[in-house]
Amino acid sequence: MKGEIAIQREHPTPASEPVDTLSATRPFLRVQGLKKYFRLRGGSFGLAGAYVQAVDGVSFVVATGETLGVVGESGCGKSTTARLLMRLIEPDEGQITLQDRNVGGHNGMSLRTLRRQVQLVFQDSYASLNPRHTMAEEVGFGLIAQGIKRAEARRRANEVLELVGLEPAIFADRYPHELSGGQRQRVNVARALALSPQLLLLDEAVSSLDKSVEAQVLNLLIEIKNRLNLTYVFISHDLNVVRFISDRVLVMYLGKVVETGPVEKVYTAPGHPYTRALIASRLSMDPSRRVEAAPVAGDLPSPINPPSGCRFRTRCPFAESVCSLREPPLEAFGDDPAHSAACHALIPGSGHSRAPAPGGEPSTRANGAPK
Amino acid sequence: MAESSMPSEKTNPPLLSVRGLTAAFRSEGMSLDAVNGVDFDLTLGKTLCLLGESGSGKTVTMRSLIRLLPPTARIGGRIELDGVDVQSLDDEHLRAIRGTKVSMIFQEPMTALDPVFTVGHQIAEVVVWHEGVSWSAGRKRALEMLDLVQVPSARRRLDSYSHELSGGLRQRAMIALALACRPKLLLADEPTTALDATVQIQILLLLRELQRELGMATIFVTHDLGVACEIADRVAVMYAGRFVETGEIGEVIKTPQHPYTIGLLRSTVHAGSEKGRLTPIPGAPPDLLNMPPGCAFAPRCSRAVGACSDHVPELAQVKPGREARCILVSETTPS
Repeated sequence: MKGEIAIQREHPTPASEPVDTLSATRPFLRVQGLKKYFRLRGGSFGLAGAYVQAVDGVSFVVATGETLGVVGESGCGKSTTARLLMRLIEPDEGQITLQDRNVGGHNGMSLRTLRRQVQLVFQDSYASLNPRHTMAEEVGFGLIAQGIKRAEARRRANEVLELVGLEPAIFADRYPHELSGGQRQRVNVARALALSPQLLLLDEAVSSLDKSVEAQVLNLLIEIKNRLNLTYVFISHDLNVVRFISDRVLVMYLGKVVETGPVEKVYTAPGHPYTRALIASRLSMDPSRRVEAAPVAGDLPSPINPPSGCRFRTRCPFAESVCSLREPPLEAFGDDPAHSAACHALIPGSGHSRAPAPGGEPSTRANGAPK
Repeated sequence: MAESSMPSEKTNPPLLSVRGLTAAFRSEGMSLDAVNGVDFDLTLGKTLCLLGESGSGKTVTMRSLIRLLPPTARIGGRIELDGVDVQSLDDEHLRAIRGTKVSMIFQEPMTALDPVFTVGHQIAEVVVWHEGVSWSAGRKRALEMLDLVQVPSARRRLDSYSHELSGGLRQRAMIALALACRPKLLLADEPTTALDATVQIQILLLLRELQRELGMATIFVTHDLGVACEIADRVAVMYAGRFVETGEIGEVIKTPQHPYTIGLLRSTVHAGSEKGRLTPIPGAPPDLLNMPPGCAFAPRCSRAVGACSDHVPELAQVKPGREARCILVSETTPS
């Protein structure tokens, strides 16, 4: 029976799982050249037929057991990426590989299989729960959809409710409006866990919670990850939370990845001018050391007509003509091969006046940052 | 222009004086007490931050000051703004002080601005209405205001509709609108919460600069400690409709007194947070329809004792300008 696998994965036994031996060398999830343009329909004059370039050629990998943080501001494509990964929307181009199997296509992994392994937790804990389902029904819904018997689904629902710290005897028969925001988000996590997925996509999962409750849910997420050996993709606009929870980060701007690397590298030695501005925009938490100048001027341009070449060039203090002519590739720079950025000023021979000399030592510009 | 140095605060009479402010929402068979007795003074040139989580009463407190609440609301207590008793004003007089003595900016400029009029028209309208000047004079002021809030190519933006502006520009336009008649008090309700990080800091810097330039007093509602640290002179931490701690922002952050403030600081992830586990406050904020007896924070408080549930503790002075509403604090420092 299809559901059996799901039920039994609750206590992972690495030795018996062929998957885990592979994971040492191969990533759990590989995304290549992911692209999604949304066509604007009717309405606005002159805009009909235009496209919102929501996600434009995004590639990354997620290793088994790690937490990849995805940060960026509104319109950067982080939520669209999450929906593409879950196939809630179909990508225009690009390939998603889960444990070496292509997702979709003729011989690829079916959506049913994909969604048993990958689950999504949304930001709005209220809107994402069916108001007419009790918590046990809500959590067990996916199990029943995957072909598991009602009684078994109910038993499993109670099990995961308990796992997220909600006593089933009290909460199983309640409706969403009878719960607080934090409790509702726990139910969302429980629902995602019901099918024993290996990867959780957390799309702003703590963003709408009050701080005191956010900390509870963050602790829960960390605890569950360790207990069930999960892999996380943690999407958030909150730079401090992403730093706190992530192993690696992906910084996005207007549908592109502008920088990626180990979290401490990206936060302490950011390469891309946008990443630097974003990190510097964090509030100080110290009234005696207030931010005195805005790290970057202006707003994000519209993703309908993004700037040519480097999409950040319109706000970038170091923009030169090369930046508008060519799009910078995402390349490793500095001393850590895992740390890359897409900026002409970091790429040897790019034609940018701040770029290191081609073939030269990356010595003096090791951390490449134009100051 | 008001001086904003320390000594002048003592000599200046407060611009705003609030005593025993309460706000309740009544409907059939139900009464919800959102604000349960708030007292404070505010002088020109100063910024008071109301800091709290959802349902703590921070927004209702602020809106009560200009009685900008639905008809089901009952507002009690004394509100004196620049010599005017706000509680006694009729609708016409209330409208006259809104925009001139006091004005407000909101979290979501898209819904706060009128979508069918240009930004320039909306700003000019306020000036024409309040000051009785001509439309061309109003439009001239609108241009000055957009320049003041650093809107690039302001002349062109005068004729923009709000949907044509980016989030940051929209928020600047709303600030221009609020300040068009030079109010003495600006009420800001989470004006940067919906903005992106790189834009949020621009707006906070702008508000700080405008306050230095124009010398108005500001009440700033936020749930974000980081925002409070950037903008506040004083902060009042709210919980269940009451101030639980007040003081200079630096002191409150450095030496929090109330267990709720301590818990809030511990559960906030900030730049210096250690990896690992956070120390959250257990439980959830109380249901305003079903408040616990005594201290509203007691059910979540790790230091609660039996006496906490007996009565609501007083907001006791810890030292001059510094108060906390906790029996542990009032016991150690008898006032």
